[in-house]
Amino acid sequence: MLKVFHALLVVLLLALSVSAHAELTIEIIGAGEHQIPVTIVPMGGDAKLAAAINEVVVGDLTRSGLFKLVDAAGKTPHEPSEVNYAEWKTSGVEALAIGSVAQENGRISAKFRLLDVVKQVTLVGEVVSAREVQLRAVGHRISDLIYQKLTGDQGVFSTRIAYVNRNGSKYRLVVADSDGYNEQTVLAQSEPIMSPAWSADGKQLAYVSFETGHAAVFAQSVYSNQRKMLADFPGSNSAPAWSPDGKQLAVVLTRDGSSQIYLMNADGSGLQRITFSEGIDTEPNFSPDGQWLLFTSDRGGSAQVYRMAVAGGPVQRMTFGEGSNYSPRYSHDGKSFVFTHRANGQFYITTQDFLSGQMQIISDGGWEKKPSYAPNDKLILFASEAYGRGILASVSSDGRVKQRMSTQSGDAREPVWGPHL
Amino acid sequence: MKKLVISVVLVNLLAACASQKAPEAAAAAPAPVVSNATVAAPASAPVVAVDPLNDPANILAKRSIYYGFDKDAVPAEDKAMLQAHGKYLGEHTARKVEVAGYADERGSNEYNLALGQRRADGVGKLLKLSGAGAAQVKTTSFGEEKPKAAGHDEAAWAQNRRSDLNYAQ
Repeated sequence: MLKVFHALLVVLLLALSVSAHAELTIEIIGAGEHQIPVTIVPMGGDAKLAAAINEVVVGDLTRSGLFKLVDAAGKTPHEPSEVNYAEWKTSGVEALAIGSVAQENGRISAKFRLLDVVKQVTLVGEVVSAREVQLRAVGHRISDLIYQKLTGDQGVFSTRIAYVNRNGSKYRLVVADSDGYNEQTVLAQSEPIMSPAWSADGKQLAYVSFETGHAAVFAQSVYSNQRKMLADFPGSNSAPAWSPDGKQLAVVLTRDGSSQIYLMNADGSGLQRITFSEGIDTEPNFSPDGQWLLFTSDRGGSAQVYRMAVAGGPVQRMTFGEGSNYSPRYSHDGKSFVFTHRANGQFYITTQDFLSGQMQIISDGGWEKKPSYAPNDKLILFASEAYGRGILASVSSDGRVKQRMSTQSGDAREPVWGPHL
Repeated sequence: MKKLVISVVLVNLLAACASQKAPEAAAAAPAPVVSNATVAAPASAPVVAVDPLNDPANILAKRSIYYGFDKDAVPAEDKAMLQAHGKYLGEHTARKVEVAGYADERGSNEYNLALGQRRADGVGKLLKLSGAGAAQVKTTSFGEEKPKAAGHDEAAWAQNRRSDLNYAQ
């Protein structure tokens, strides 16, 4: 049963120029506990398009660390009737991706099937259709289907990330595909940019810009590039976080004397202070149901993670023990949070389960900061360092598969994973 | 005998005349010349006033203070300098100063932005207590952005834990 899938790819033409090659170089270290052996047979039909799609899919699945990509070794079935299952079984492959791709009037149409080699059935099939310029999106869609069918989890190959590239005194806020391609510059200037935050619908980024001489909060449409200044009070305005329904933001202002958390409407109106400590309260992050906020506070003497209801009420400390803790972010299923743990002079990416309260360090330690979950909660993106430069890194939530992503020049900082689109 | 007496008298008369001339000549020798122009005494000469802010020898020349790790209170040894700045601002009400606070990289950058602001605000408060008007003092933070020194070591960190006083031109 083939499903025709047009809706996804109608969307998203990016407003500014888009680069044709990867701005990020990606390195993978480690592997999943069990790597599923699959073969992605290059599609029939248009050979050039087939090769390009194949490169995207093989790249996506390899980077996940959960698949062992087995070469097709000259075999070229494009239809289920052309598949010799016995042959494939001896090669040890568990699943096979086949199909064909054609192009007409600037539109690509890729017919794709995933076959179970052991059961000899089609697991999923789809016609993925898009404009020619969205070729990579076709590949990512196929990767998502394969990933979802074979692991049970939703794929994130079609998602995007945002981060800040700092090169000397030049700063750029950048949006890119999660594999580093199709980089788009959202803001470029000679003053710092910090703390990008995606709205839940992926259409806007809020961020901190120093263009007026101090930290001020802006929101900008990723598609139209229209921007609006949301908070520009005396002192510092920072740490924007969107509510899941997109109607409010939490921000940190120093207008009342110390860094405290405020709520505001998405248009900047309706300011309401919600924390009342004498110290530093910052880095608010909404729970997926919009009812709670995690935040960083030093009200107890050192920076720790706290939680409070958005509606107000008691503040509960969440992190204990040695060291200090910063930058909490909820998982998308609301069951845990990820944060930066500082101890022994190092920074570690750490998760904590709400139910058990158990802390789990999932990175090796170093200058590792600002973690965020991928929308499927299986990967965590964070800022790190390698080769003397700021890089982006990701680690699977079980700590086994690690990736390093370095930019061609400058330091990559402040990454944040965008939502499913 | 009479002739000799007259000659003697004549000779004495001549001698007396001669000796009288010399003292006159001595009296006519020029005395040291005193000119009519008066030399101006230093106290009354016209002088350009030096703004103490531009005087490198003045305590106001110091524009930065440094902090211990995670500390934001004004160190005791810097209070006198900041009081002097506050007093100066109180006496020169057209002057404005921006206090910029910074932090080292140990902490999240949002936490460091807040720490830098706390440092700048602490300086601003002391300036106002010492005479500066509220409209003369602006406080800003850059946190760990725009660090003065790069490096993952105390030598760099110590330089970045700081507040700067920047007077508007």
